[in-house]
Amino acid sequence: MAATITAPAPNYLNATKGWKSWLLTLDHKRIAILYMVAIAVFFLVGGVMAMLIRLELLNPGRDLVGANTYNKLFTLHGAIMIFLFIIPGIPAILGNFLLPILLGARDVAFPRLNLASWYIFMLGGLFALYSIITGSIDTGWTFYTPYSTQTDTSVVSMTLGAFILGFSSILTGLNFIVTIHKLRLPGITWYRLPLFVWSIYATAIIQVLATPVLGITLLLLVVERLAGIGIFDPAMGGDPVLYQHFFWFYSHPAVYIMILPGMGIISELITTHSHKKIFGYKAVAYSSLGIALVSFLVWGHHMFVSGQSELAAMLFSFLTFFVGIPSGIKVFNWVTTMYRGSIVLNTPMLYALSFLFLFSIGGFTGIFLGALAVDVHLHDTYFIVAHFHYVMMGGTVMAFLGGIHHWWPKMFGKLYNEFWAKIACGLIFVGFNVTFGSQFILGSQGMPRRYYTYVDQYQPLHAFSTFGSWILGAGFLIMAVYLIHSLVKGKRAGSNPWYSLTMEWETSSPPPTENFIELPSLTHGPYDYDKVLPINVEPDGKPAKLKEAVS
Amino acid sequence: MDTTGTLFFPPGGSTYAGDVDSLFYFIYYASAIMFALVIGATIFFIIRYRRRQQTGKTYGKDHNFALEVTWTVIPTILILIVFVWGFRSYMRMNVVPRDAMEVKVTGQKWFWSFAYGSGASSVNELVVPVGQPVKLLMSSRDVIHSFFIPNFRMKMDVLPNRYTITWFEATRTGEFDLFCTEYCGQGHSEMIGRVKVLGEREFSEWLDAGSGPGQGESLVDYGRRLYTSRACNTCHSIDGSANVGPTFKGIFGRQEAMVAGGFITVDENYIRESILQPQAKVVAGYQPVMPTYQGILKDRDIDALIAFMKSLSNE
Amino acid sequence: MSQAKEFADETGQEQAGAHAAPHHHPANLAHHFSDMAQQKDSAKMGMWIFLLTEVLLFGGLFCAYAVYRAWNPEIFHNGHAFLDVTLGTINTIVLITSSLTVALAIRFLQVNKIKLAVINLAATIAFAGTFMVIKYFEYMHKIHEGQLPGKFYTFEGMEGTNPHVFFSVYFLMTGLHGIHVLVGIGIITWVLIRTIKGHFSSEYYTPVELTGLYWHLVDLIWIFLFPLFYLVG
Ligand code: HEA
Ligand code: HEA
Ligand code: HEC
Ligand code: CUA
Ligand SMILES: [Cu+2]
Repeated sequence: MAATITAPAPNYLNATKGWKSWLLTLDHKRIAILYMVAIAVFFLVGGVMAMLIRLELLNPGRDLVGANTYNKLFTLHGAIMIFLFIIPGIPAILGNFLLPILLGARDVAFPRLNLASWYIFMLGGLFALYSIITGSIDTGWTFYTPYSTQTDTSVVSMTLGAFILGFSSILTGLNFIVTIHKLRLPGITWYRLPLFVWSIYATAIIQVLATPVLGITLLLLVVERLAGIGIFDPAMGGDPVLYQHFFWFYSHPAVYIMILPGMGIISELITTHSHKKIFGYKAVAYSSLGIALVSFLVWGHHMFVSGQSELAAMLFSFLTFFVGIPSGIKVFNWVTTMYRGSIVLNTPMLYALSFLFLFSIGGFTGIFLGALAVDVHLHDTYFIVAHFHYVMMGGTVMAFLGGIHHWWPKMFGKLYNEFWAKIACGLIFVGFNVTFGSQFILGSQGMPRRYYTYVDQYQPLHAFSTFGSWILGAGFLIMAVYLIHSLVKGKRAGSNPWYSLTMEWETSSPPPTENFIELPSLTHGPYDYDKVLPINVEPDGKPAKLKEAVS
Repeated sequence: MDTTGTLFFPPGGSTYAGDVDSLFYFIYYASAIMFALVIGATIFFIIRYRRRQQTGKTYGKDHNFALEVTWTVIPTILILIVFVWGFRSYMRMNVVPRDAMEVKVTGQKWFWSFAYGSGASSVNELVVPVGQPVKLLMSSRDVIHSFFIPNFRMKMDVLPNRYTITWFEATRTGEFDLFCTEYCGQGHSEMIGRVKVLGEREFSEWLDAGSGPGQGESLVDYGRRLYTSRACNTCHSIDGSANVGPTFKGIFGRQEAMVAGGFITVDENYIRESILQPQAKVVAGYQPVMPTYQGILKDRDIDALIAFMKSLSNE
Repeated sequence: MSQAKEFADETGQEQAGAHAAPHHHPANLAHHFSDMAQQKDSAKMGMWIFLLTEVLLFGGLFCAYAVYRAWNPEIFHNGHAFLDVTLGTINTIVLITSSLTVALAIRFLQVNKIKLAVINLAATIAFAGTFMVIKYFEYMHKIHEGQLPGKFYTFEGMEGTNPHVFFSVYFLMTGLHGIHVLVGIGIITWVLIRTIKGHFSSEYYTPVELTGLYWHLVDLIWIFLFPLFYLVG
């Protein structure tokens, strides 16, 4: 990449050359790029598997793969998308790149640890790959016992992989917490932090608190398989349901590890592109912490029909709903932020709006699932599949794509083709709703998940869903094309093409290795659109007025 | 299955189905309204405040106490309603009526077997009387399964190390789907059965008939019936195509290579053994996953199956 | 767990990374920190968070302990009789003393008594070694007796259903703790070498301090394990 980009001033991309300068870099911005490449590949793999899943489900019975292969497909799809794509995704790429800049720092607190995290991440990826080569794994991404201790597929290497990835996640979170606490530029108080930082902070807390429990759980699973210690094995006085408690104690908070950074991005996109002060800064900031807190108390809502006591079910159901309130507060604040703003419908904003639309649906369906009696019917049906794709794909991934398009000019100093970007966004939005909207109906009609074949009455909706996945795939293909094109011969971007007030736009695009030539002014907060007018320094050095921003 | 019923639900068939549906639709409409508000406002703002010409500074007010209280309180009220409603119906679904008739449900890779008080038994076909509460006492022989009847809005996991209990009362006669909804391996998506709801009289007749060949039914035909009713067909084909297990086509008198090494010619005793102690001699190229039919198949049934397999070899 | 090393390392000498800082500052100050105080605070905070994750890691196992104890109390009662209390006690004392010696080592660094610091670090390693040796003999005995986890359990002399459960939990927890001790030995050796090389002095000894923190935690965990397995029955 470094080769293709030539900005006037030396920047972090061309400061030093050669693969070594990348693989041994301590620069948070380059580490972000390393993550970006790896994660894009994983997403591609997981996505292609998804396409195969949909193809197989086009008709009942065997279309292109048999039951065993199918079971491996959805397990790998789920495991890859969760552990290798969405959990590291936003914090590791955009968090790494932006956090120090937004704090006015030169780097994260522990640069070497940061690089180590990347290598640990890749190691985890290798373990997963090894598992795939050696017979793959067919347990579902939840690795439920006792099935996972009995199947003869290579579970150990995959779980070890997830364990290692957990480590990478912990270390990144730890790094960020310290960075936010200790490396803020004097003058940047907590309430002057952009909301993206707040959300990364809340995320990091969950990462640090929840992931160790996943670690020990997977470790127990591995020992169980290798040494048959009988912790989860009913035949030996163990209890398989205990595994479920352990697993969800991590994996529910994990879903907020996935969404919170996305919510942070949305706050930035909506303020910048409607050129408006965020409504209820503190409410949005603290609701992140609120969500983080409650998320630790609701894991049992994944186990309403696993024979847990009525009392437990009641408590978990009750607490589950209360995540809805802070999430709601965020949604309402974002909408109100647009009031009397000056809204530009460019690609990042379109993704932000898609997020509002899709995440709300995903979230509301979460409320269905939190309601005990209704969940009994919907549990482990396609309604669940639809729910979590709406929140993960429709929520996190939309925010992620929005963020990529928003900060792309900053990261690479290039603009992408706005026209094709809008087309792709449209295709993805439509395709997504066709694919997963239909699955809500499938689910409540009774179609169970993890089925490789199904009874005939579900065929039409499955076909519809598969058709949608093709639109979706097309959208992503277009995106891949124009993004790569932008890298090669995109127009050079100014320092602040969106006329934003957050600090990363005060330095040149792409930023210099040390992030700032002279330290930022700090004359205004990140959202003071009511006080100051941002300017954009074009590559040729001329300051540009806001008017040009209108396309 | 008849496809009437609402957009979201298959036609209900149990006493509490209606309750679940109405809660579902309550949440549905409440969410729909709020969703409409959110998206409506968004669209309005986009159109109204679309950036047309050069912009200056924008409106800076970022607080409105009344507004913020409203959008905190209203959702809270709503979720409290939903919580209470959901919990109360849940309790109704969990507290088994005293007069309930008990059926023992056993899940195993990959089929369901049912044992009735009278000693009658069935596989992959749960037969119950209409208008009478039925208590299901459920356990698994291997991994976790989950017992799901969409029309009854009823679901409960089936665990290997303890009994789980649930109940339902069918409100109308007919046939309904029965799915396994906890992933349990290769045959998970074929672990499907039927629920037959009969009138009082038909049901007691069915109980008396129990199993066994019907009037004037030849042993072979009875064997063929068992082949499907006892779920052999989930793993054994009769058209020669390989499946989880070897095909029954031409099985009798066939030479089979064993995992343990050596060959075996399939005869009556070997078949009997394969059914009662499947793991005793495992056919090369297959997993030892066949469940034992100890206690599920009576001698008469095994004779019938053998006769049936012979008939497949003579063709 | 070798990340404990990572943190300590972060605060080590300025390395010629991908980019050397354009501005000048003390030798031990990494380029992206503005002053030593900031660097030290960061390192300390990082370490504390790391220790928190360690606690949570073991927390999971302590939960498992509680659950299985609740389910088969008689096993845990009978089981603890087969653990050697004297050896356990010795080990406890050994670990506590080792904790003391690291503490001393740090203190001596603060007052620039490098030699004494070196001695105490060495002592700490020695004690840690002793602990592992004793553990080794305990394990060996159990393996010999067949008092092993799950399917490896061949011991006859203990009644109650699923006696192996006790030993499963025992080996899991003491085993993971043992690994931590080994890692600890590694890290302490590393700081010991650096101390001998004279990298540390009263104005810069953060790595030793952080190592100390880690070691205290390892010690603390044992203080919980000992009574839970050896004493209460
Ligand atoms: C990004 C990931 C993500 C997010 C953010 C969420 C968010 C939520 N999820 Fe979801 N969930 C998953 C990922 C996620 N989930 C996954 C992966 C699974 C399946 C795992 C598996 O089995 O494989 C799952 C499964 C799952 C279940 C288990 C279902 C089952 O297996 O039976 C439940 C049950 O309660 C649930 C509930 C919720 C709730 C209440 C929220 C809430 O946080 C939603 C809050 C948001 C809103 C409510 C919308 C915005 C609010 C307003 C506009 C204000 C008005 C709101 C009200 C009136 C309440 N989820
Ligand atoms: C972040 C998480 C995530 C994401 C994004 C997706 C994305 C998709 N998922 Fe999946 N999914 C899960 C997480 C996710 N999924 C999980 C956790 C499960 C549960 C597994 C289990 O049950 O154990 C699951 C299960 C699951 C099922 C249910 C399987 C079953 O239960 O039997 C289905 C079926 O339709 C499905 C479909 C899809 C589809 C069509 C997409 C599409 O959105 C995919 C679209 C993406 C692409 C087509 C990629 C193409 C990319 C390019 C062409 C270029 C891009 C590259 C560069 C920019 C360089 N997923
Ligand atoms: C869960 C899947 C499964 C079910 C259900 C099942 N079998 Fe099998 N069966 C197998 C497998 C796998 C083998 C081959 C391995 C072995 O011999 O155990 C097998 C082997 C056999 C054999 C020996 C076949 C040969 O070629 O040697 C016979 C006979 C047999 N089964 C009869 C039956 C009958 C009768 C039923 C139903 C009443 C039945 N099986 C149900 C999986 C199944
Ligand atoms: Cu049995 Cu799925
Ligand atoms: Cu959850």
